[in-house]
Amino acid sequence: MVWRNWSVRIGGAALIALVLLAIAAPWLGTVDPTLFDAASRDLRPGEVGSVTMLDGETVAHRFLMGSDSYGRDIYSRVLYGTRVSFAVGLVAALAALALGIAAGLVAGYIRWADGLLMRVMDGIMAIPAILIAIAVVALWRASLATVIVAIAIPEIPRVTRLVRALVLTIREEPYVEAAVSLGTPTMKIMLGHILPNTVAPLLVQGTYICAFAILLEAILSFLGVGLPPDIPTWGNIMAEGRVQFVAYPHNVFFPGLFLAVTVLAVNMLGDGLRDTLDPKLAEARASAQVLDEHA
Amino acid sequence: MSTLEVANLTVRLPPGGDRAQAVSGVSFGVERGELLCLVGESGSGKTVIAHAIMGLLPKTLALTAGSLRLEGEELTQASAARRRRLRGSRMAMIFQEPMTALNPVMSCGAQIDEVLRAHTRLPQAERRARTAALLGEVALAAELAGAYPHQLSGGQRQRVGIAIALALEPALLIADEPTTALDVTTQAQILRLIVELQRRHGMAVLFVTHDFGVVAEIAQRIAVLRDGRLVEVGAKRDVLERPQHEYTRMLIRAVPTLKPRERAARAEAPVVLATRALSKTYVERGWLRARREVQAASDVTLEVRKGQTLGIVGESGSGKTTLARCIARLIEPTRGEVRVGGVDLARLKRRELRAVRRRVQMVFQDPYRSLNPRRSVGEAIIEGPLNYGVPRSEALSRARRLMELVRLDPAALGRYPHQFSGGQRQRICIARALALEPELLVADEPVSALDVSVQAQVLALLEEIRTRLDLAMLFITHDLRVAAQVCDQLAVMQAGRIVEYGPTARLFAEPQHPYTQALLAAAPGRNFAFATA
Repeated sequence: MVWRNWSVRIGGAALIALVLLAIAAPWLGTVDPTLFDAASRDLRPGEVGSVTMLDGETVAHRFLMGSDSYGRDIYSRVLYGTRVSFAVGLVAALAALALGIAAGLVAGYIRWADGLLMRVMDGIMAIPAILIAIAVVALWRASLATVIVAIAIPEIPRVTRLVRALVLTIREEPYVEAAVSLGTPTMKIMLGHILPNTVAPLLVQGTYICAFAILLEAILSFLGVGLPPDIPTWGNIMAEGRVQFVAYPHNVFFPGLFLAVTVLAVNMLGDGLRDTLDPKLAEARASAQVLDEHA
Repeated sequence: MSTLEVANLTVRLPPGGDRAQAVSGVSFGVERGELLCLVGESGSGKTVIAHAIMGLLPKTLALTAGSLRLEGEELTQASAARRRRLRGSRMAMIFQEPMTALNPVMSCGAQIDEVLRAHTRLPQAERRARTAALLGEVALAAELAGAYPHQLSGGQRQRVGIAIALALEPALLIADEPTTALDVTTQAQILRLIVELQRRHGMAVLFVTHDFGVVAEIAQRIAVLRDGRLVEVGAKRDVLERPQHEYTRMLIRAVPTLKPRERAARAEAPVVLATRALSKTYVERGWLRARREVQAASDVTLEVRKGQTLGIVGESGSGKTTLARCIARLIEPTRGEVRVGGVDLARLKRRELRAVRRRVQMVFQDPYRSLNPRRSVGEAIIEGPLNYGVPRSEALSRARRLMELVRLDPAALGRYPHQFSGGQRQRICIARALALEPELLVADEPVSALDVSVQAQVLALLEEIRTRLDLAMLFITHDLRVAAQVCDQLAVMQAGRIVEYGPTARLFAEPQHPYTQALLAAAPGRNFAFATA
C-alpha cells in the first residue's frame, strides 16, 4: 500500500536510478575521476579531448559534462561522487538513528535518566550542526569516517527527541500496562513492545536525516572542511568550479543538479512515507476532504 | 407533510469494505414535534444516515439512490449553496464529543454568534441578546458567553452545542449520540433538556443512539438498523414490548436489566483481596505555582472473597480506575495496604513484586489498544507464562486451551489483533489474563467499548469463567445495568471515596447514600423492564 503513493513511487524510482548510476559508474563511459590532462583543461560539455592514463598512455575521451581547470572529467567525477554522497547519507542516518533510538528509549522509559540525557541533547542542539561538524573534522583527520561522525552527531538529539516523545505516548498504551502486569521485564517491554511501534515515524525521520546528511556533506566539502579535495564529491567539485563559475558554469551546474535531484527524491520519499504510514495524518486528510467539499 | 422524509436511501461504501453499501434502501419519516430514535450497533450505518441528511458525507461515501426531503424540499437535488443555507437554519446537528465539536480558541458566545452572523443580517446588539436568550434556553448563565470550551464541564459544553443548533430555530434537529460521552447523571439532564426543547419548539428530532436505555427514556418512535438496512420502524411501545423482528428481540434481550440477579452469598470463602485505607494522592509541583494535591483515591477499604465479584461503580473522575491500578500495582499507592493472599503488594519492592504480580491480572477497557498491534495473539497470550519460566511448548498448549475456554478457534493463535472484532479481542485479553492463573481478576470497564449484543456475550463468558475457576473478580464499571448483572457486592465511589458499600441487591433496593440514589435515578430507561422481550 506504500507503493500506491505517487511521492513514494517517484522518489523511490529516482533514488534507485541514482544508486544504479553510482554502482555502475565504471561501466558508463567514465575514466578514473582523478586523472587529468593539461591539454584538456576547461572543455565545454560534449567536447572531445584527451586523457592521460596512469601508465602514461594518452587516449581520446568525450567530456559529456566538460572538464575542470585541471582537465579532469566532470562526468566521471560526478558519477563517482554519487557513491560518496550516498554512503555518507545512508551511514550517517543509520548511525544517528541507532544512537538516537537508544538514547530516546532510555530517556522515555527510565524517568531518572530523562532529565540528564535530555539536557545533554539540548546542549548539542544549541550548537549549529555545521559548527559541530567543522569542529569534529578539525579535531581529527578529514576522512570518510570522520565526516560521517561529524554529520551524525548533530542529528542524534533530533532522533532522541522524536523517540522519547513516541515512547512517552506508547508507554501509556494499555498493551504496555498489560505487559507490566504480566511481569515482563523492562528491557523486554522496551525492545519488544515499544520499539516496534516506533518504526513507522522513525523511517520517515530517517529519510529526512539522510537528505540533510547528503546536503551537509556537500556543504562541508564546498567549504573545504570536508573530505580531502582529491576525493571526488559533489561539494568538492563545486568548490573547485566556484572560482571560474562565470566562465565555466558547468563545473558547478552538474554536481549541483545531482545534489538537488537526490535531496528532492529523498524528501519526496519521506513525505510519501509519512502520508501513508501516519494514521493520524490519513484521518486528518479524510476530514479535510469533507471540508473541501463543503467550503 | 413530514418534516423529514427519507426514501430508499442508499449510500455506497468504497470497494473492499465488509459490505457493498453503508446504507441500503432505508426509508422513514420524522413528523413535526416527533422524536425518532435511530438505533443500531456500531457499523449499522446510523451515523452515515445522519451525515447524509446533513450533506456531510465524506467523498469516499457516495449517495447512489433515494431521496431526502426536508419540509418537502428535495435535498439530493439541491445546490451546494442551498444545502449550506439549509444547514444550520432548517436543520442542525449536535455531535457526540462536545469537546471536539466546539472550537477551543473561540468563546462559546462567539460560536453561537457565528451561526447568527452567517445566516442572518441581525445587528450586533440583537445578536448578543439572542445569544443570551439561547444560553438561557439551555439553562446556562448568560455570563458563560465569554467562557471558552475548556472552562466548561462536558455537560455544559453539550448545552452550548445544543444552543448553537437551536440558534436559527431549525425544523429538524439531528442528535448523533449526544450523551454517549457524558456521565450518567449529566446524561439524564441533557436528555431531559432535549425532550423539553423539542416540545417547546415543536421540532422534529432524529436521535441517533446505540443505547436502548436512552431509547426507552425519550423515543416516541423507533427505527432499528442492522448492517445498513432498516429492520423495524414503529411506535416506542410496539417496538420495545412487541418487537416483530428477531434482531430487535435479540438486541432488547441483550440489554441487562437493572434488577440484580439472585446470588448465593458465600461468606465462608477465603478472602483473596483486602485493601485497608488505600490512598493515592497525585502531587503537582510547579516552579512558580503552589503545590497542588489531588486525592484520586482516599481511604479505600474493601474485601473480595474467592468466587465473588465486587463491583466498583462511579462516574468519570471518581477514582475507580486509579483504585484498580493501585491494586494491580501498575501505579504506586501513596498509603494503605493491598493484601492479596496475605502478601501486602503495596509494600513490595520491584524485585519482590515480580514474583507476585501473576496473582493479580487485568482486563482493560479498550480492546483495540490493549493488544500490541505488531504481535500475534498467540505471542500475547504466552507472554506471561514465558516470563515466569513456563516452557514455550507448554505455554502454547495452555494458550490453545484458553482460546477454547473463551470460545475462539485455537487455530487463530497465529493471527494479529486487527484481524479480530472488538468482542473477540476482549476475549483474547481475558485469555491473556487467565494464562497466568491469577487469584484475582481486575476488569476495568471490560464491556464499555462493546456493542450491546457483544457485551452480553462477554459478560456471560466472564461469569462462566468466574464460576468455573472460582476466581475473585474486581469489576469496574460506570454502568449500573452491567453491575446489577455481574456483581455480588457493590462499592459506589465518588470523588475518590467509597460512599456506599454492600450487597448488590440491597444497594439497588434501598440505596442509603444520596449519591447512590442519584445514580440509580439517572439510569436511562429505568422504568422499562428489558431482557424480558
